[in-house]
Amino acid sequence: MINVTINSQKIQVPEGSSILQAARQIGVTIPTLCNLEKREAIGACRVCLVEVEGARTLQAACSTPVHEGIIVRTNSTLARAARRQVLEMLLSEHDGNCPTCDRSLDCELRALADEMGVSRVPFEGLRAKRHIDDSTPALVRDNSKCIKCRRCVTVCGEVQGVGALFPQGRGFQTVIGPAFMRDLDGVACVQCGQCAAICPVGAIVEKSCIPEVWKAIENPKLHVIVQTAPAIRAALGEAFGYEPGTRVTGKMAAALRRLGFDGVFDTNFTADLTILEEGTELLTRLKTALVDKQPVALPLFTSCSPGWINFAEFYFPQFLPNISTCKSPQQMFGAVAKSYYAQKIGRKPEEIVVVSVMPCTAKKFEAQRPEMNVNGVRDVDFVLTTRELARMIREAGIDFNALPDEQMDAPLGLSSGAADIFANTGGVMEAALRTAYEIVTGRELPVANLHVTAIAGLGGVKEAALTITGTKPEWSFLEGVELKVAVSHGLGNTRRLLEHIKAHGSPYHFIEVMTCPGGCIGGGGQPRFTDDSVRLKRIAAIYSEDESKKMRKSHENPDVQTLYKEFLVKPLGEKSHHLLHTHYKHKAK
Amino acid sequence: MTSLSVTAAPCSCACSCEPSEAELFARLDEVINDYHEKPGGLIPALQTAQSIFGYLPETVIRRIADGFGKTVSEVAGVVTFYSFFTLHPRGKNLVRVCLGTACYVRGGKEVLDAFRKKLEIDVGETTPDRQFSLEVGRCFGACGMAPVVMVNETVYQRVKPARVGEMVNQIMAGAAVAGEKEHA
Ligand code: SF4
Ligand code: SF4
Ligand code: FES
Ligand code: FES
Repeated sequence: MINVTINSQKIQVPEGSSILQAARQIGVTIPTLCNLEKREAIGACRVCLVEVEGARTLQAACSTPVHEGIIVRTNSTLARAARRQVLEMLLSEHDGNCPTCDRSLDCELRALADEMGVSRVPFEGLRAKRHIDDSTPALVRDNSKCIKCRRCVTVCGEVQGVGALFPQGRGFQTVIGPAFMRDLDGVACVQCGQCAAICPVGAIVEKSCIPEVWKAIENPKLHVIVQTAPAIRAALGEAFGYEPGTRVTGKMAAALRRLGFDGVFDTNFTADLTILEEGTELLTRLKTALVDKQPVALPLFTSCSPGWINFAEFYFPQFLPNISTCKSPQQMFGAVAKSYYAQKIGRKPEEIVVVSVMPCTAKKFEAQRPEMNVNGVRDVDFVLTTRELARMIREAGIDFNALPDEQMDAPLGLSSGAADIFANTGGVMEAALRTAYEIVTGRELPVANLHVTAIAGLGGVKEAALTITGTKPEWSFLEGVELKVAVSHGLGNTRRLLEHIKAHGSPYHFIEVMTCPGGCIGGGGQPRFTDDSVRLKRIAAIYSEDESKKMRKSHENPDVQTLYKEFLVKPLGEKSHHLLHTHYKHKAK
Repeated sequence: MTSLSVTAAPCSCACSCEPSEAELFARLDEVINDYHEKPGGLIPALQTAQSIFGYLPETVIRRIADGFGKTVSEVAGVVTFYSFFTLHPRGKNLVRVCLGTACYVRGGKEVLDAFRKKLEIDVGETTPDRQFSLEVGRCFGACGMAPVVMVNETVYQRVKPARVGEMVNQIMAGAAVAGEKEHA
């Protein structure tokens, strides 16, 4: 341990701690911009300058390690003035038109300017020539707002293992972006939006479709329905001042109704449907391998996460046959709404508009994939992020906090607890195991409280094994089989897992991949700012949502059972194939 | 994706042979092989590649990125960080006009404009006949003789905008330029 004095307070901290870490231990806040948890400090932004006794210059707290007897002043006049000057410089180069900026409510630069008492920008800096990159369906980049903190570079490269963004050029001319000053559609960006979630300013944001959604709602000829992904209910509250991890399912349903949607439904419903389709697909592939002894692509990978699909299509085409052919729950919802539900309410598919609320920017991309339609009618028309929904609620003048708790509508609104946990890393796998095990053995998954704890939580790649015993006669080929599963989240972790499988083969039968760290609860469209402590709180909220339900297995969902009885007939049947399944193709980098 | 065609840098031997594109890429693959596992091997690999091709076209950057297991954006970022790498073919003669403070106040900007007009290219560009590339510099350490222009390794001092046309013609003709000139 090292003795450190910060603002006259004496503490002991582990060797190798930075001044910033030491200060945080005693609740002393030092402003930061470029610094990110669990990542090496790059010391680029200089807003964390502090005074260190004996040092000639002020030091960046994030990247300066403490030494024995170090005396640090974080709030001296000198330190405060220096930090303010750094901020003024950033502001002078930043095209700050706050009232019209997407980030005006939660911009970190704006908040810092306020905290540091910046009252004027004393000099006019050189401004980069504005270039708006709206080349993808998911994101908009505006380099004139970029403060070159490089958080997006770290996230895209190190966390997501994609590396689409890098500083190009040098000095003042530096632009943070794709190679050769291209737009994002010119490189192998998977549109996960983690860069948009981490950017402290409005330089990377989702491409909004709020105006289109208002227009649809206001068109009396259209029947406009909405679906919400499981992760929204555990995060939307944050946009209205609730603590991370507050469940707002009931208020969310109430708000959507007040926005004027004709049906308030749940992506959870089709998450349950996904489990029946994908679970059956897994069991069928296992049967092909074990009974028919035919070659079949195993392990099976989950397919709910569109950033992961993009990633595989760009970087790991050899695994495309292994990815489940199931459309994601979002797309299944659209396909079911415009067929089964349309019939039920006596409307033509073209008169129904499906709006999704997703924690994700890649869902915007997914919705406009050419394959995602049935007979030329798009499955999903518009995708809003959680942040966009919050904006619409504010825009409509709805007092979110005062809303009553309401229910989702029937028939596409009922779901099991297994559907809720789709929001978390490990959740799709757990939901699948709850159902598959019971189909095969007739007994409940033999784990405490139905949770497979080995694959839950924020570990990078997690695995579990389950020996199947006491099978029903038709599944006897699985008797004694040790089912091995793996779960990864964050594409950097996924890349490592896939490289390992490429080199050493796969011991697994089934692998869940979620694009974003923590799963959908940490998606690129969620309220900012998301770090591990926020992720854990949202995950806890999702598990308690699951546990609060009586019905916790997808196959028990009576409305899904009715859907099969009245319409789909059976999992992987002809109708399912037509409506609920898709295919993938190799994309050149 | 646009694919840039590659033209070899003029070979330094006296013969008139020009290696084919396939040969150049075979040499590039050897370079990648030599360097891709060495720590800090990217920069020397890029330098060698640039000397093979004369510049770093996108196809070459992509090949190097793949070979090093890096993304194109990262390698392009490195290439554009260092001024000695170029994404565009350089001309036979590299004209660098100093815009350091001393040269700037003594008419460096006007000299630069004269070159832009005479060569009909902008800073960072190369003439279509590949004879000249135009760049700017920041102080060549010859401030006393400002404004200063460097053409390849040769320093021209006290350059007057009106003389630029003549300078260019003489360089084309391979003749020495009259006036104050000194070898760096
Ligand atoms: S969307 Fe994801 S892959 Fe694309 S640039 Fe942003 S972080 Fe990288
Ligand atoms: S785009 Fe945002 S995160 Fe990326 S460098 Fe610029 S300000 Fe930082
Ligand atoms: S936070 Fe320390 S330099 Fe950016
Ligand atoms: S400023 Fe041009 S040589 Fe010094």
